[in-house]
Amino acid sequence: MGLAGFFILPWYGVEDFFLFEWLTEGYPFDTDYAPAGFLLLQKEKIWLSPLIFPLFAPLLVLKNLKTDPLYGKVLILAGAIGFSWLMIQGFSIGIRGWNFEWAKLLFGDLEDRQYGMGYGGLIVASSFLFIFTQGIAARGAINGDVFVVSSILGVVAIVTIFVFFPISKMLTAAFITESGNYSVLVFASKFFDDRLWGLGCLWGGRCGVAWNSLFLAVLVGFITTILGLVFALVVTRSGFRYKRLLRTLTVLPIITPPFVIGLALILLFGLSGSVTTFISDIFGTQPTRWLYGMPGILIAQTLAFTPIAFLVLIGVVEGVSPSMEEAAQTLRASKWQVFKTVSLPLMRPGLANAFLLGFIESMADFGNPLVLGGNFDVLSTEIFFAIVGAQYDQGKAAVLAMVLLCFTLGAFYAQRFWLGKKSYTTVSGKGDSGVHPHMPRALSFPVLALALIWAAFTIVVYMMILYGSVVELWGVNNTLTFKHYITAFSFRLEDTGIRWSGSAWDSFWTTLKIAGIAAPLTAIVGLITAYLLTRQNFVGKNAFEFGTMLSFAIPGTVIGVSYILAFNVPPIEITGTGVILVVSFIFRNMPVGVRAGIASMSQLDKSLDESSLTLGANSWQTFRRIILPLLRPAILAALVYSFVRAMTAISAVIFLVSAEYDMATSYIIGRVENNDYGLAIAYSTTLIFVMLSVVGLMRLIVGRTEIGRRTNQSPNNK
Amino acid sequence: MKSFKIMLSASLVAMTTIGAAQADKLTLYCSAQEDWCQLMANNFQDATGIKVAMTRKSSGETFAQIKAESSNPKGDVWWGGTGDPHLQAAEEGLTASYVSPMRDQLHPWAISQAESADNKTIGIYSGALGYGYNTDLLAANNLPAPSSWADLTKPEYKGHVQMANPNSSGTAYTTLATMMQLFGEDGGFDFMKGLHSNINQYTKSGSAPIKAAGRGETTIGIVFMHDAVKQAVNGFPVKVVAPAEGTGYEIGSMSIIDGARNMKEAKAFYDWALSADAQNLALEVNAFQVPSNTGAKTSASAPDMSTIKLIDYDFKTYGSSATRKRLLKKWDDEVSVLAQ
Repeated sequence: MGLAGFFILPWYGVEDFFLFEWLTEGYPFDTDYAPAGFLLLQKEKIWLSPLIFPLFAPLLVLKNLKTDPLYGKVLILAGAIGFSWLMIQGFSIGIRGWNFEWAKLLFGDLEDRQYGMGYGGLIVASSFLFIFTQGIAARGAINGDVFVVSSILGVVAIVTIFVFFPISKMLTAAFITESGNYSVLVFASKFFDDRLWGLGCLWGGRCGVAWNSLFLAVLVGFITTILGLVFALVVTRSGFRYKRLLRTLTVLPIITPPFVIGLALILLFGLSGSVTTFISDIFGTQPTRWLYGMPGILIAQTLAFTPIAFLVLIGVVEGVSPSMEEAAQTLRASKWQVFKTVSLPLMRPGLANAFLLGFIESMADFGNPLVLGGNFDVLSTEIFFAIVGAQYDQGKAAVLAMVLLCFTLGAFYAQRFWLGKKSYTTVSGKGDSGVHPHMPRALSFPVLALALIWAAFTIVVYMMILYGSVVELWGVNNTLTFKHYITAFSFRLEDTGIRWSGSAWDSFWTTLKIAGIAAPLTAIVGLITAYLLTRQNFVGKNAFEFGTMLSFAIPGTVIGVSYILAFNVPPIEITGTGVILVVSFIFRNMPVGVRAGIASMSQLDKSLDESSLTLGANSWQTFRRIILPLLRPAILAALVYSFVRAMTAISAVIFLVSAEYDMATSYIIGRVENNDYGLAIAYSTTLIFVMLSVVGLMRLIVGRTEIGRRTNQSPNNK
Repeated sequence: MKSFKIMLSASLVAMTTIGAAQADKLTLYCSAQEDWCQLMANNFQDATGIKVAMTRKSSGETFAQIKAESSNPKGDVWWGGTGDPHLQAAEEGLTASYVSPMRDQLHPWAISQAESADNKTIGIYSGALGYGYNTDLLAANNLPAPSSWADLTKPEYKGHVQMANPNSSGTAYTTLATMMQLFGEDGGFDFMKGLHSNINQYTKSGSAPIKAAGRGETTIGIVFMHDAVKQAVNGFPVKVVAPAEGTGYEIGSMSIIDGARNMKEAKAFYDWALSADAQNLALEVNAFQVPSNTGAKTSASAPDMSTIKLIDYDFKTYGSSATRKRLLKKWDDEVSVLAQ
């Protein structure tokens, strides 16, 4: 396979690869299109030549037995040498010749240069990686399990390339002085800024940005976890009739494009909002701007992130085995005792993960603070404006991003500490029957009341949004009209087929396509990672786990800029393509898949795997036949979340969109900036409906899990 | 025609050596409003047959992108957006200098800005700074109509004025720089301090204050006057004020990106965008700026520049990053920390 990459496919990136124009334009001899093998025959790009040996070496030992130590050694060597040479040459030789001064000194000036790697390079790189893992497995690492070894290394490789590499590139900016040198002093002066850490609010002034963010994130984390739990309990453990409706409602905010919730809140509670005016008319109070600042952001973020907590918790709450609860009840525990001492503690992994996600989401959220922030500054907006604002200070952005990272890191370890080393396994191979008991009555009333209030509030907000899309000019001229939908989504039937003449179609199709590609990939990478983290033991597991959370913790803006910095130049040159969007979505949303996967998997007893392994299945078969089917809620969560986020993300995307690949959200923002609120909201509403139907479809395809034999579950209990 | 063909093949040869073997296309970074960008791209494509790939982002975002891409530029021309980031890009060598044959058709303010930046950028429109107020809210609060900058510091407007944060917005930085030039540095900072006590919020984005005023979320918003006019034309209850003391202005600019892959097309666009015909397109999309071509028409709703007292804005001094950093730091240290 690697050989094919080396000799047949074009080595360097080709524009419009799939048009296959390159086949006719001088292939295989033109340097732009030639495969590496032909390049060498023409004595060009000689630095690629050392790659030949590791490519051929494995062939020599192909006849040897797998147990032969030589077999493993050769493969490891070949893979390692090949891969590292590929990287070294890729990074040191760029568009303008050598990338490093010392290389120039050592080898003299290079006349030649190279562009980004294409499919040829990609395949060669991955085959080196594969050879390497084959080698390690043959040497007996992790019981010689090729699947586990190659997935560990595969995930490590892609996380390194698409998470660590761009982020480290961005963070080094924190140490660069204005003249371009590196200095720790610059970092220190920016880091210990009073604006960042000031504690003025304790005595009436204003607090530093860092404290603002931290305080907000902790609050949001707690509130969303509690609300998420409330909804999960109502859906799984109560006799409430309209569960399905409630379930849909809780998912609504997550599929809402940015700014829309903020705008709706302003129209309700702003200085001239309808609720504000109504109340001031009745009580004769002076309307205030209370919404702007902490309260507004808190409301909007709670609205937006509760569904995430819910998605994580629902799997966990469903997963708690009823047999444990029944055992407790048999031992004469009251319902309340069962809930407090059995159910709740068993939900701890879910609670911790939900809190972590809420915390991180709040930290990285950008749209809500922008619209509702008032004078309450948070890290994410500060970072954005340090880069794009009038200061042009990338160093400051990098420092702020580091602070943000530290907070996330802290939350991550606090969560680990809280969970401790206890076991939360409840689903085992043993018989598991019974039904979840309902919540104790003392709990069910407040829970239901809270859920209903929240649901009512959500409905009001969404009615406002729907209404906003069908009026002439929101808040000023309330004539009903469909003109916004027509401008955006008109189409004509012509002889040649349907002509999509509306202005939003382009970005609409692109968004659907990109989100459609990114979602399954995200789920796959996320779940494999979760499997490795919960089921396998290997060196550096903690660092690995943190690495997978990293991209999620960093605000989109930083990711966006760091992706441009890292991937605009060879060896990986993908800016301006759809690939960069897909890649950024995968790595930004993967953590949710990982978290949901971990939460569900820690409930599955290892004996399930073990019995499968004992019966002769390998780990891939075990993963596919045993674990995967039990993970359906987690798969669904990952799929839904990544699809939806790909359609609604904004801050990273804004730097990565290009003329050909415009996304819906950046189109919407352009409209909002231009005062076309009606059009923006009409587009958002359409997106909401599209996402609702896609989410429904996904649910249908993935199907539901039957954990245990809970035959008499109520039909609503889905 | 023959010479054109030769030129074309020459450029083809030139380009195959760089890599991308495609001719007649242009990557346009556009920082004006979406519909204007679209119109410019389509019309240029119709006029020349050059295929335009256009990306619209705010000027700050575009600047950040061009800077990040500088070792391997992807864009060719950057059109629109306030002049500050264009000047900053020129200062950092991210854009290329070019003297267009169209230059003699331009207003003197456009030319002087170009000269201050080594011809690396050029003015395509200008807009005066001012403010707008929400007539409904003004009446509801029984406030007199403001007419000058000094009015905004009066105590009765406490909590009614909104402007952008100069650290994040070019518009607000222009305000700060304008006050320095109107009242001198000390007087200017005194004004900013007086204004500070009336401000209800420093927004992040430059045009946000007037949008808030339109929706009734603040009474007064300090912005470029064409943004305020736009609100009024869109049907919001906003009245535009040209301050009595005189005011500064922005120059919306255009630059060619250094190392552009399609330099020939970039220059063709540059020349075309300075023509009266191209600038008249602004009328079709409710853009109320004043075009830089003397022959181009200005919208009837646009603020009449002849009746506005414009200061002689010093782009060279106030566009330089040294002055900007100093003023912003001073504003940060002396104004923003005061109690409100």
